[in-house]
Amino acid sequence: MATMMQEFTKGLWKEIPPFRLVLGLCPVLAVTNSAENGLGMGAAVIFVLTLSNVIISLVRKIIPKKVRIVGFIAIAASLVVTVEMLMQAFAYPLYQQLGIFVPLIVVNCIILGRAEGFASKNPPHMALADGLGMGIGFTISLTFIGSIRESLGAGTLFGVDLFGPSFEPFTFMVQAPGAFISLGLILAGMNFFTAWQAKRNGVELDPNFDAGCRGCAACKGLEKIVNQKKLERLESAKS
Amino acid sequence: MDIFLLFISAIFVNNIILAQYLGLCPYLGCSKEKSVSIGMGCAVTFVMFMATLLTYLMQKNVLIPFNLGYLQTIAFILVIASLVQFVEMFLKKMVPPLYKSLGIFLPLITTNCAVLGVAIMVHRKELDITTSLLFSVASGLGFILAIVVMASIRERFEISRIPRAMKGVPIGLVMAGIMSLAFMAFKGMI
Repeated sequence: MATMMQEFTKGLWKEIPPFRLVLGLCPVLAVTNSAENGLGMGAAVIFVLTLSNVIISLVRKIIPKKVRIVGFIAIAASLVVTVEMLMQAFAYPLYQQLGIFVPLIVVNCIILGRAEGFASKNPPHMALADGLGMGIGFTISLTFIGSIRESLGAGTLFGVDLFGPSFEPFTFMVQAPGAFISLGLILAGMNFFTAWQAKRNGVELDPNFDAGCRGCAACKGLEKIVNQKKLERLESAKS
Repeated sequence: MDIFLLFISAIFVNNIILAQYLGLCPYLGCSKEKSVSIGMGCAVTFVMFMATLLTYLMQKNVLIPFNLGYLQTIAFILVIASLVQFVEMFLKKMVPPLYKSLGIFLPLITTNCAVLGVAIMVHRKELDITTSLLFSVASGLGFILAIVVMASIRERFEISRIPRAMKGVPIGLVMAGIMSLAFMAFKGMI
């Protein structure tokens, strides 16, 4: 039985989203053109994720299994509306910067993934630790990517000039292609580190070593179909 | 002419995946096999069109007259969730062959941020209903284009030697970055 502390810290490194748990990529790419935006988005996600985890865990025995997904979405949506109104009141410039991605927190896989994978099976205090840990891990990741992209793409960090006037900004990094490529390389580095660590500790690495969206219930059904298609193709290639 | 421009730019220049970062989960999750990606793309386009229509009517006839604009997010997501459920039931009963090919994708679409994203975007851009519907179809076509091209490339990855750490999502993301770079060239078109 894992303690609350373990549930909390696993979100910070062992299962840090979105690097280890590849979930909720849309905001990760979209709002990280500056470190500040990343931090703001992360704060909004911490709020929604922690509260939705606790509430879902409280009502987990009441919600019928068949309508649970819609129930989870409704809970998350009401929390997102709260965040939207809070941001409009207290952080309007940030709200405008993040734009459409604030309401889109509701369909972020990380909320549903944690609800389905953790909160609906565990008591509220565990869900609280899990939500808080995952949320903080998500914020750290967003701020990390944001600072890399901002420092290379604009030469600033949290708006402070880093390299002096002779620096030519690498504008590519703050645009869409830079987002994709930097996240891809960070994920690859993370995989490389995991493999190296496993080798050093003499642990056998998981043969299905693939940072897919493992936690996301949505993709699991597809995996089956894809595998079946692959088998068919192999058979036809053989004959 | 403006409408034509909007249509083309939604497919190529402001491609929903490669320029606006919406719908990345299915983009990476369902692009391992070409036939699967085509099915997913068609299902997303269809749901996107229906969802934009319904949420547009909802916004104009319910939310604005009753001064409930702040409930937009929750209202839209519930409309989309019930729409997807309804379409699934309808196809299962009435058009079984179509259900067989598209049915599996439908439950995944509820949480596709591209659908909710387009529904919200048409209101932020203040488009009228015809333009909104055209915009949703164009976004769907852009989604199909991006995901099918990606699936075709990823099928080739199966037989190529990729460093172990890059396998799966990382190489997919780097590929998406290069594709997005290519799509940036369309900016010169308008």
